[in-house]
Amino acid sequence: MPVQYYLFLSLALFCIGMMGAMMRRNAIIVFMCIELMLNAVNLLMVAFSKMYNDAAAQIFVFFIMVVAAAEVAVGLAIIVMMYRKVHSVDINILNRLKH
Amino acid sequence: MKAIIAATVLGVILMFAGLFVKEKKSVASLAVFLLFVLLGVNIWDLVTTAPNETLSFFNNMLRVDRYALWFNTLMTGCTLLYALLVSKEIQRVGSHVAEYFALICFILCGVYMLSTYNNVLILFIGIEILSIPQYILAGSDKRNLKSSEASLKYFLMGAFSTGILLMGITLLYGATGTFNIIQYTFLQSDMLSPMALAGILFLMVAFAFKVSAAPMHMWTPDVYDGAPTPFTAFMATIVKASAFVAFMRLFSVSFGAISSDWMMVLAIITAATLFVGNITAVFQQSVKRMLAYSSIAQAGFMLFAVLAVNATAWQGMMIYAVAYSVATIGMFAVLMKMKDYTYDGFNGLAKKDPMLAAFTTVFLLSLAGIPLTGGFMAKYFVLLAAVEQGKMMWLVIFALFMAAVSAYYYFRVIMAMYFKQGNAELNTEVSATDRFLLAITVLLVIVLGAAPNLILNI
Repeated sequence: MPVQYYLFLSLALFCIGMMGAMMRRNAIIVFMCIELMLNAVNLLMVAFSKMYNDAAAQIFVFFIMVVAAAEVAVGLAIIVMMYRKVHSVDINILNRLKH
Repeated sequence: MKAIIAATVLGVILMFAGLFVKEKKSVASLAVFLLFVLLGVNIWDLVTTAPNETLSFFNNMLRVDRYALWFNTLMTGCTLLYALLVSKEIQRVGSHVAEYFALICFILCGVYMLSTYNNVLILFIGIEILSIPQYILAGSDKRNLKSSEASLKYFLMGAFSTGILLMGITLLYGATGTFNIIQYTFLQSDMLSPMALAGILFLMVAFAFKVSAAPMHMWTPDVYDGAPTPFTAFMATIVKASAFVAFMRLFSVSFGAISSDWMMVLAIITAATLFVGNITAVFQQSVKRMLAYSSIAQAGFMLFAVLAVNATAWQGMMIYAVAYSVATIGMFAVLMKMKDYTYDGFNGLAKKDPMLAAFTTVFLLSLAGIPLTGGFMAKYFVLLAAVEQGKMMWLVIFALFMAAVSAYYYFRVIMAMYFKQGNAELNTEVSATDRFLLAITVLLVIVLGAAPNLILNI
């Protein structure tokens, strides 16, 4: 399969993730959309790695996964902290509380 | 290289110290001592490297040159100054003092990686090591809803921009087949593929997020305002300066040869940053929020160094990073002593505490870029770099105009202190040690303004 197919697939996934992250109001769903963006990148990395016959990109993918896991650990803790205070994970509530 | 290892080890030591040492004060003293050690390690690295030597580590993934070592040393020095000035305030944020200092050590590890990377993998990891501790620090005041909100907002924005950064890296890899930033230089203007251009654009947007350049600056005021003030001081200075050095390293080392392709986009970002930062800062009522917008405005000036792509730009970035960090840390240290963060809270400070008011005035003059202060030399060098390059004269003139606007909101604080009646209330008594440290900071600001060559001739 030509590499363009992978390119278009992962760009589509990336755009879905990006639109979701910008439009959804639920913090958990926004976070899932960001993970989708990272996974789109992973897919493209592996496709390019195969194209160039170069293992460096696959190593990079492992690092992305590890860092994403670290981010999940911190991010979910922050969301839980927020939920305990306002009993909601809606991002709009934050803006309303500010004033 | 030694500094990266030392920062990690010292961070881990501090975390364990939190288990065994219960007294907050002794933990803070230990942290300051360890930061001294870290500064020592940096100086050791600096003196054992010959002036023109560049070292490579990890199969050429890290490339350590004199500039990077000197930058690391100066940033560690600024962190030490910061820790000395605000360690009392950090102890008041919450009960996990050891962890806060440990996270600051980890952030420094990220700073060292960002100033020495030669491979975008290290760039990515460095940015994450820099960012993740900051999400925690922003939310460290758990009783305060604003702090949690700042943390959540910063986290979502940071993760989003990481996604964009990674997409840029991947597209560039697709275009060139390498992660090494020096090998990117074979990108030529006439054979630039759309994929490489898209990659460069993605990277530019991701970096604009990290350095809070308009129009990707939306998170900055809320995060800087909501986070506990001692940590805002750190985020706005050392972290921002090192994100800029990473930005500059990538764009001048790798994409410097094709600068005509991306320069216009960055020039528009710069103009927007200067405009939004300065104009919005004028309308703020809280000094803390004004400083957040001022940090956006100062980012606009630092973007000139990225734009110019020449030797003066590197010097300008160095002096801007130090002068801006020192003045802002000083300003935040004064702000933390105040009970009321609005402009009115500063009314009549000159009568109540003339010395503190005088120190504040010097910091504000430096931020506004008045001659004889570090801020003036910093602005002079970055604008000189842009003039030498000569393609963006309209932007330089616009920046000078905006610098004049910035004087308005900095001088408003000075006006409040000296010419308004009022009773400025202090949060805590300013001790003799605080005065001494603030005096040293003032001295540094003036020395930087009078003799910038001290840190430029390395």
